[in-house]
Amino acid sequence: MGDEPTPPGDLGTEADGGVRTYTVRLELVDEPGELLAALAPIAENGGNLMSIHHERGNITPRGHIPVEVDLGCPPDRFDDIVAALRETGVNVIQAGAERYGEEISVVLVGHLIETDLSDTLLAIENETSAAVLDLSLSAPQGTGDISSARVRLAIDSGRSEAVFETIRSVSEEKDLTVVEPLLGGDA
Amino acid sequence: MRLAILGAGDVGRSVADLAGEYGHEVVALADSTNAVIDDDGIDVEGALQRKRSGEPVGVDDPDDVFEGEYDVLVEATPTTLGDAEPGFSHVERALEADRHVVLANKGPVAERYEEVRALEADSEGSVRFEATVGGAIPALSTVEDCMPENVTAVRGVLNGTANFILTRMAAEGLDYEHVLAEAQDLGVAEADPTFDVDGTDAALKFVILANVLSDGGFALEDAEVEGIQNIPGSALNLAAEDGRTIRLIGEATREGVRVGPRLVPENGPLAVTGTRNIIQIETRNAGSLHSSGRGAGGPETATAVLSDVNRLADH
Repeated sequence: MGDEPTPPGDLGTEADGGVRTYTVRLELVDEPGELLAALAPIAENGGNLMSIHHERGNITPRGHIPVEVDLGCPPDRFDDIVAALRETGVNVIQAGAERYGEEISVVLVGHLIETDLSDTLLAIENETSAAVLDLSLSAPQGTGDISSARVRLAIDSGRSEAVFETIRSVSEEKDLTVVEPLLGGDA
Repeated sequence: MRLAILGAGDVGRSVADLAGEYGHEVVALADSTNAVIDDDGIDVEGALQRKRSGEPVGVDDPDDVFEGEYDVLVEATPTTLGDAEPGFSHVERALEADRHVVLANKGPVAERYEEVRALEADSEGSVRFEATVGGAIPALSTVEDCMPENVTAVRGVLNGTANFILTRMAAEGLDYEHVLAEAQDLGVAEADPTFDVDGTDAALKFVILANVLSDGGFALEDAEVEGIQNIPGSALNLAAEDGRTIRLIGEATREGVRVGPRLVPENGPLAVTGTRNIIQIETRNAGSLHSSGRGAGGPETATAVLSDVNRLADH
């Protein structure tokens, strides 16, 4: 994680031969064999699977399971991979045609409901290049008291500091505490 | 080396107690009102016994310590903010007399670093302060060994009380106030834990690190500091859903100092538990180095003081 340049030799954003890392978000029907079927077109089209994030417990609005796949391939093959996935019938909800984006979680603490949580999230999305991927809210004392929310954001590479600045200023207006992730180093 | 120890709290007493074992001699031990001074070496056992039973540590005047035959002044009086007195004046008097100084007191190097270095430049003596950052953890000497110009950032957990509270909150799903009371019962937190939980204590240590990285330029008011008092148990539960936890993390770079609650991977190196401390030194050519251990305590901090004394002796 982090917005630092990937060290040479690592399978990072760029490597020998111009291989880049991409993220695709897929929606799978919760049936046996679905994941395997979805991954086959990647390998068959010259993509190198790097990680698969199966969001256990999360269901998309259509009732499917979101899966995030990181893969490495030369840029000219990426479109073929996405096309092959779609041909197989896999729903590709987001294809990282841009450089590898980052996913970052922040925790917000305060009177989240009374200060209009959806307005807070909209402000974050509108004023930055971030997209809210999911949200988890905990209000053990009831919605009128202090509550906490974990917000998972997709951020363009290298843009995290700008996103955090926006989150800080939005939160300051609403007197919210922001717990940011520690980036940098190998935290 | 002949040590004159100012401050007879946990650290000063432990330095006196362990000095012999490390090959050094104690020629003075003083608290704020009394002192025992003997150029041939004081009776450490007797002085500590008197201190324990509430008697004066000795019958001498603390001011006379500076007139004695010492090689190293060990400054272990309590850290004060702002002008860092009387610690700063103690450093000044020893350096003006061309003696070495080893600090356990954070004040002078956190609040008046440039002045301390200027005094050192005019003195035959040197100043060392390993014990001010992370107790027994060799933080500053590691930075020194890597050479500060090759260190890009130092991060870590340097307050055991705040870390204990966050660890218990995460493990038991309890709220801040509840765990704080428990920590006070256990003696982990002071009756007034403000400095620990509002981030000030950690900030002082990261200010010292930033001063070492940049050769001065930082004081507490330059640090961006946030405490853990506003973190509810529910925030830690949410972090755990994502394989993360919350720690009071400090960061020192040449650009600045920041201390605040941050999300870190639950199984990552910085998620130390209980009162344990950890320091991560990010280097230009050697990746990140980690060192974890006890960041407080009398004997632990005294070992850092005595390492400094040994380094001075080797010079």
